[in-house]
Amino acid sequence: MIEFDFSAVLAEWPLLLRGLAWTVGLTLVAVPLGLLIATLGAWARACGPAALRRAVGVYVELLRNTPFIVQLFFVFFGLPSLGVKLSPVTASMIAMTLNLGAYGTEILRAGIQAAPRGQWEAAQSLALGPVQVFTRVILPPAFKRVWPAMTSQIVIVMLGSAVCGQISTEELSYAANLIHSRNFRAFEATFVALAIYLALTLVLRRFLLWAGPKWFFGGAPRG
Amino acid sequence: MVEFTLWDILRNLALALRWTVALSLIAFIGGGLVGGALLCLRLALGRKTGRLIATYVGLFQGTPLLMQLFLAYFGLALLGIEVSAWTAAALALTLYTSAYLVEIWRGCVEAVPRGQWEAARSLAMSFGEQLRHVILPQAMRLAIAPTVGFLVQVIKGTALASVIGFVELTKAGGMIANASFQPFLVFGCVALFYFALCFPVSLIAQHLERKPHGRAA
Repeated sequence: MIEFDFSAVLAEWPLLLRGLAWTVGLTLVAVPLGLLIATLGAWARACGPAALRRAVGVYVELLRNTPFIVQLFFVFFGLPSLGVKLSPVTASMIAMTLNLGAYGTEILRAGIQAAPRGQWEAAQSLALGPVQVFTRVILPPAFKRVWPAMTSQIVIVMLGSAVCGQISTEELSYAANLIHSRNFRAFEATFVALAIYLALTLVLRRFLLWAGPKWFFGGAPRG
Repeated sequence: MVEFTLWDILRNLALALRWTVALSLIAFIGGGLVGGALLCLRLALGRKTGRLIATYVGLFQGTPLLMQLFLAYFGLALLGIEVSAWTAAALALTLYTSAYLVEIWRGCVEAVPRGQWEAARSLAMSFGEQLRHVILPQAMRLAIAPTVGFLVQVIKGTALASVIGFVELTKAGGMIANASFQPFLVFGCVALFYFALCFPVSLIAQHLERKPHGRAA
């Protein structure tokens, strides 16, 4: 008969809480930076010079067609041999940011491409500079159009941070592993961590879908 | 001290690539079968089952695949089943794939206009016949592109099996990197192997997406 002992795991709640804090922290850093890269990347893809367009295309396809764990190992184990020594946390943040940047570029590009030509022309005819046209007229409705997809991608990146425990970033999955190495309640520790991740997913998704239109691309017109 | 030439690295990675491909195929085919079965249940039994399946999908999409692998690994052991990393990885990835595929396919079936169901019913077709002769042929045409696209996700997902000790491309890369002290080169090669595997599949999926596929109805 299998006996579960969740109390042994829950007794280690400070560890879980710290892990959760790191997971949230990693996400809080990676998401704004990733979205920034996505914006620059989408701009380059939509209206950059041909060489830049191709370079960004290579970046996007390289990251979208390799597993996150390999990207993380490449940053953490590979880069030091080029003389770039990174702490686990920094390596995790870089990998997550670049990953979100690549997917975000592709998502946002679709939103920008959906902008009717007339909007570009109307903005230009108001004597807005190219930067203003992009940031004030094209970008906000583009974000609005793709926000549900972007939200899903952000959640995927947050969940992907579980892998960062493999390079000893002390996030939630690392905490779960630490707990079961102490009390041998491997199944229970994993189960509890899964439940926390699930709750985090639900909260994050709700929050993003609410906060995006409220603060981020505000009163963007329906595009 | 063994010297690793580039050739040694590439040869060993290529050998490990077999296991990545094998695990991907098992997960994809197994996940397709389970996903298909779930979809049929959903269509045949209606809303209540639909909600159950939506929960199933939500569980897999709302938690990290890595933790799902751990849970399968430790959970099977708890049930007293002798688990290899192989079994646990195959099981977890199959269920993970099924959850995503059932969601993709449900969308495709729902994209077939209601009138098609009604027309089929008015021809006195049974439920099975409606599905087989009218709905699925149309839904399948819509489903091909996203399904192929999801295969890329599955291939990338198998990399996580390395964490529970299954020796596929990523794990082999880690082992070779440790032995050769050339992590930059080795993980670079690992990434390129994955790219060589995934990029053609991505291109096919994109191509299928652009093709004016069966405009249902």
